[in-house]
Amino acid sequence: MIRLIKRPTPSRFWTAATPVLAVLLTMIAGGLMFAALGKDPVAAIRTIFYDPLFDPNFASYSRPQLLVKAGPLILIAVGLSLGFRAGIWNIGAEGQYIIGALCGAAVGLAFYPAEGWYIFPLMVMAGALGGWAWAMIPAILKTRFNTNEILVSLLLVYVAQQLLAAMALGRMRNPQGGGFPGSRNLSQYPAASNPELIAGTGMHWGVVAAFIAVIAGYILLQRHMLGFQIRLSGQAPRAARFAGVNPARLVVFCLGVSGALAGLAGLFEVTGPAGQITIDFNSGYGFTAIIVAFLGRLHPVGILLAGLLMALTYIGGELAQFMLGIPSAAIQAFQGMLLFFLLAVDLLSNYRIQLGRPEVA
Amino acid sequence: MDIFGSINLWVLLASLMVAATPILLAAIGELVVEKAGVLNLGVEGMMITGAICGFAVAVESGSPALGFLGAAVGGAVLSLIFGVLTQVLLANQVATGLALTLFGLGFSALIGQGYIGVRPPAMPRLDIPVLAELPGLGRVLFRHDVIVYLSIALVAGVWAMLRYSRIGLILRAVGENHDAAHALGYKVVRIRILAIMFGGACAGLGGAYLSLIRVPQWTEGMTAGAGWIALAIVVFASWRPWRALLGAYLFGGIAVLQLNLQAAGVRIPVEYLSMSPYLITILVLVIMSSGRSRAALNAPASLGKSFHAQG
Amino acid sequence: MKVTQLLASAAMALGLAASAAMAQDDPVKVGFIYVGPIGDFGWSHEHNIGRLAVEEHFGDAVETTYVESVPEGADAERVLTQMALSGHDLIFTTSFGYMDPTINVAQRFPNVKFEHATGYKTAENVAVYNARFYEGRAVIGHIAGKMTETNKIGYIGSYPIPEVIQGINAAYIHAKKANPDVQFSVVWAYSWFDPAKEADAANALIEQGVDVIMQHTDSTAPMTIAEDRGIVAFGQASDMANFGPNAQLTAIVDNWAPYYIERVQAVIDGTWESHSVWHGIAEGMVEITPISDRVPEDVRAEAEALSASIAAGEYHPFTGPLNRQDGTEWLAEGEVADDETLLGMNFYVEGLQGEIPQ
Repeated sequence: MIRLIKRPTPSRFWTAATPVLAVLLTMIAGGLMFAALGKDPVAAIRTIFYDPLFDPNFASYSRPQLLVKAGPLILIAVGLSLGFRAGIWNIGAEGQYIIGALCGAAVGLAFYPAEGWYIFPLMVMAGALGGWAWAMIPAILKTRFNTNEILVSLLLVYVAQQLLAAMALGRMRNPQGGGFPGSRNLSQYPAASNPELIAGTGMHWGVVAAFIAVIAGYILLQRHMLGFQIRLSGQAPRAARFAGVNPARLVVFCLGVSGALAGLAGLFEVTGPAGQITIDFNSGYGFTAIIVAFLGRLHPVGILLAGLLMALTYIGGELAQFMLGIPSAAIQAFQGMLLFFLLAVDLLSNYRIQLGRPEVA
Repeated sequence: MDIFGSINLWVLLASLMVAATPILLAAIGELVVEKAGVLNLGVEGMMITGAICGFAVAVESGSPALGFLGAAVGGAVLSLIFGVLTQVLLANQVATGLALTLFGLGFSALIGQGYIGVRPPAMPRLDIPVLAELPGLGRVLFRHDVIVYLSIALVAGVWAMLRYSRIGLILRAVGENHDAAHALGYKVVRIRILAIMFGGACAGLGGAYLSLIRVPQWTEGMTAGAGWIALAIVVFASWRPWRALLGAYLFGGIAVLQLNLQAAGVRIPVEYLSMSPYLITILVLVIMSSGRSRAALNAPASLGKSFHAQG
Repeated sequence: MKVTQLLASAAMALGLAASAAMAQDDPVKVGFIYVGPIGDFGWSHEHNIGRLAVEEHFGDAVETTYVESVPEGADAERVLTQMALSGHDLIFTTSFGYMDPTINVAQRFPNVKFEHATGYKTAENVAVYNARFYEGRAVIGHIAGKMTETNKIGYIGSYPIPEVIQGINAAYIHAKKANPDVQFSVVWAYSWFDPAKEADAANALIEQGVDVIMQHTDSTAPMTIAEDRGIVAFGQASDMANFGPNAQLTAIVDNWAPYYIERVQAVIDGTWESHSVWHGIAEGMVEITPISDRVPEDVRAEAEALSASIAAGEYHPFTGPLNRQDGTEWLAEGEVADDETLLGMNFYVEGLQGEIPQ
């Protein structure tokens, strides 16, 4: 008989060891899957986890790309984790990401072709405000009408996607683009671009913002009264009420912060790596960030590491596709397995496993 | 009966029922899961897995009926991963559900590699004689395939089960307060896993309806977000089966109506109209949830919380 | 900094050495990136068939690789860079949205050759290629005009972009010539691929009395609906006869294989040069499958003659006199549309109802 005994506090050893264990388990299970597909499992695992970091051909390029890919994931996930800790479920970061990009791009395009140091900061503000405003819709409906925020934030993703298509084809279409859909390329408009800050490092303002968010998130949760209220509301909602936490204000705060950060991520992406508004400019960062938030155990530092790990599987997965001919579907299934194992072994940090009969009934 | 000039209301009703069936099937399954206190966000992954399992079985066996059975089994097996992770290993339900969707999309595409461009065996339509010839209503009520009727029967069955049966009572008890249910001697984990598998089977059926009847073909990512809509419908329905039916038909109706308006040449801003199903769903949701007490919202109290038996 | 520079130049030197060696006996490495999964049975599927044809044709002399479902933008740029780093000689980027990433990466890898589909930006080592799908649309437009009994033709569009608008105009002009009473109903799906929505759109059109359906979306759902409801339709991107054995009159197939083989051969021979081409029926990039027996003999002959005259360059589907929708003159008698206008086409021709969503 196997029994689970809840630990009074999470085990420090297992908190650190479980991610390693999960990655090892995924390598075994994934290797079996690759072998079943007729691919060399060892080569596949090496290509996904090792080559992007250490292969002489790719590493100097891929390592900075890890930051580029992980930046928006981390930025969004840190924001989401605040709400998730308080039991406020913003599933619609993807929509806030789109609206942030649209608002920021609109400001930049309105100034085109003016030059000025103030344009990019204004765009950043517009991006954050756009994401914030989009998140305020579920927040206000929740506090005013008690409408479920999971549903509203999710449905608004679809609305944002349609809006994005309408904008890319309509009002934001590049007038010099020969009628093709898509806006002007913002990364080629110096006053509005978000360039690589130090050549060859992948660092752009979005990555900087992600690091700031991690630090700010850490301070907020560990040192600030608001962080305490957030944690308390998640763990013991009744106690939180007695402690004087205003649930409505918490909803507005958590959704607002996560929306603003998602909006910022969209803005930095559209002005930098992506470059322009296109019909399907969004590539699922908002949804992947939810997974990243949980993989990081809703802890800012954990999210940083989880974001980098996810980015590694994306980049390594692409290498595996063209180096070894592994279909992208297998990579997707592999990522799913990694998540399953991470979630499963998390048990070990919160519970002790006991074999045999309980000592005390 | 015509609205907006040339759109026939009866035809619109008949086509919205078909359009809504995959969402309805997935939603009614998820409703049972959530009633048991479990939030499974992996509906999209289970639907697409059902779509390919059903398709593969139907093509290999030549029987659409066996295909639907295969789809239900496939969806249920995939949901079992979720069940074990969240119920036995106590993983977070939101994260596990999302991981399930990611895995399901990849996994289904792997199985489906050999089925691209294949046409599945056809499912006969079940025209009920005489009644099907009734003007108007005949088309709406009596000229569908068997799965459309099955989905409605399933709604009725779930409604009756939750309301009148002992199983329904236990299910609700587990969803409302798992500690109390456990104290009363119910096997919380076992009941929840069974509910999760039921949800997986229903989502699988919904996916197979797309790949075997509605489209019918296999292509990667063919559910195109239907699973997420199903999740929305459950909350929209405030966990009541008949309202889930209403919600699914309403959603399907608006989606079909906007295409009908376009086809009829009504001058409307198309790019904004394609947002309308989502906006109207939000609007209706706000109206339904405003001015009611929390209890009336009917959310299972233990929804999304892990259960671990103490002592 | 110094170390990385050293490493980078060493890697470059290695890369150069490798590609020089490749020219002699190693296989030529050809990469493809696709915007959708190869299982979409539409756009990416057809490009992948082109890739397989390259493998088949050259055997061991060529190695092909691909990455599927690559989002446009930053991800595409990363995948292209990694492909270039891993020693590809030629890379096909098969979606319009890959245009800027292709140009950016091409600047950094002058020794790698790039081929971008459906764009307009070229460079020393970037060629562009596109297909004149509207030529095929003109032929099916003619058949549709002859075959419709209700005089109503339904058209399911994806997004209102020039390529789709060209198709609608070409089909309408030739349907109108075949049957002056013909009317078009256009439904925009606002998606390239959403089988359920496309099926709904087809049903909605049929309810409006449409008896011929054309589509510029990728799924076979409209074809299946047409088969089910006993009307006729035209296949898009692939031969969809399997899904509409009675319904499909003919299909416009994107056939990239001849072009891909030609360009890979040019790389092997060392004769590859950048260019901008727009191929049509003549070059075999746009292919019309054998016309169904359901189409009367004389209509079939007319359609084949039309196709042949387009292929021979005797006839251009956009030949004046043609007016814009608002009645202003676009092309005078005998005037032929220039490619630039066609590539950016954002207006309907006279006679079409409705507005293009802007």
